[in-house]
Amino acid sequence: MIGLEHYLTISAILFCLAIAGIFINRRNLILLLMCIELMLLAVNFNFIAFSRHLGDETGQVFVFFILTVAAAEAAIGLAILVVLFRNRRSINVQELDTMKG
Amino acid sequence: MFHTILFYFFATVLIGAALGVIFARNPVHAVMFLVLAFFQSAVLWLLAEAEFLALVLVLVYVGAVMVLFLFVVMMLDINVERTTGGYARYLPLGLIVAGLMIVELVQIIWLRGSGETLTGGFAATPEGYSNTKALGAILYTEHVYAFEIAAVILLLAIIAAITLTMRKRPGLKQQDISAQVAVRAKDRVRIVKMASEKPEDEQ
Repeated sequence: MIGLEHYLTISAILFCLAIAGIFINRRNLILLLMCIELMLLAVNFNFIAFSRHLGDETGQVFVFFILTVAAAEAAIGLAILVVLFRNRRSINVQELDTMKG
Repeated sequence: MFHTILFYFFATVLIGAALGVIFARNPVHAVMFLVLAFFQSAVLWLLAEAEFLALVLVLVYVGAVMVLFLFVVMMLDINVERTTGGYARYLPLGLIVAGLMIVELVQIIWLRGSGETLTGGFAATPEGYSNTKALGAILYTEHVYAFEIAAVILLLAIIAAITLTMRKRPGLKQQDISAQVAVRAKDRVRIVKMASEKPEDEQ
């Protein structure tokens, strides 16, 4: 029977793959944004699994808000990306060293 | 039994799609794999009987956010070769970190679950239960302030995205409506008083 553990396992694997993606694609800013979307998806899996396990819909309401904030984050992030590309002609993270960080 | 087979099938495709996202060389392929991952997640949420969120995931995420990603990826003419360089350098580190975390998390989840009676599947929903109705009832009563804040966040995202990407070209001729409305007659017409000139031959 598929239960809480199965969903938590899927979520854990997805989250770790997203972390691996951030390590691997650390040059391409747009792939970093996509890996963050994958992480948020993994978090949503946890919320839904626990919501169903505890029989409480509040967890699903949280998923709703996470989706809202993720959409806003994607819109602003992509706008920043477009402005960055217009100014620098590149989205390579390692060339963004104006602030000497 | 059929439920279990479906779960494992869609979970496998989901993990495969996530691997495709992080290993794809071409950003367009990565976006397509991410769309596939969202679809598989929506099916898994349907299997968990969270129907409303599954449909919202497909409509909002695949229909809006991923199309926005695709639009940006195709609009920016990214040099694929230059941005994917150094691929092999970080690959071992990333895989080691991810592998360690997966092993630890899975161990915690299954060791914690084995001692208790967690592995019974989710409780069956009562007869005539509507996921959407239950979510709406809780969203508009208990969480109504959070709902309004979410609306403000979306408005903020719209304003931020528009102001960031709007650009003014210097040489462009365009109407400035507020300047047109605010103009006064004395700014445009100047009445000059001067003595009339007399013809030379009268004197």
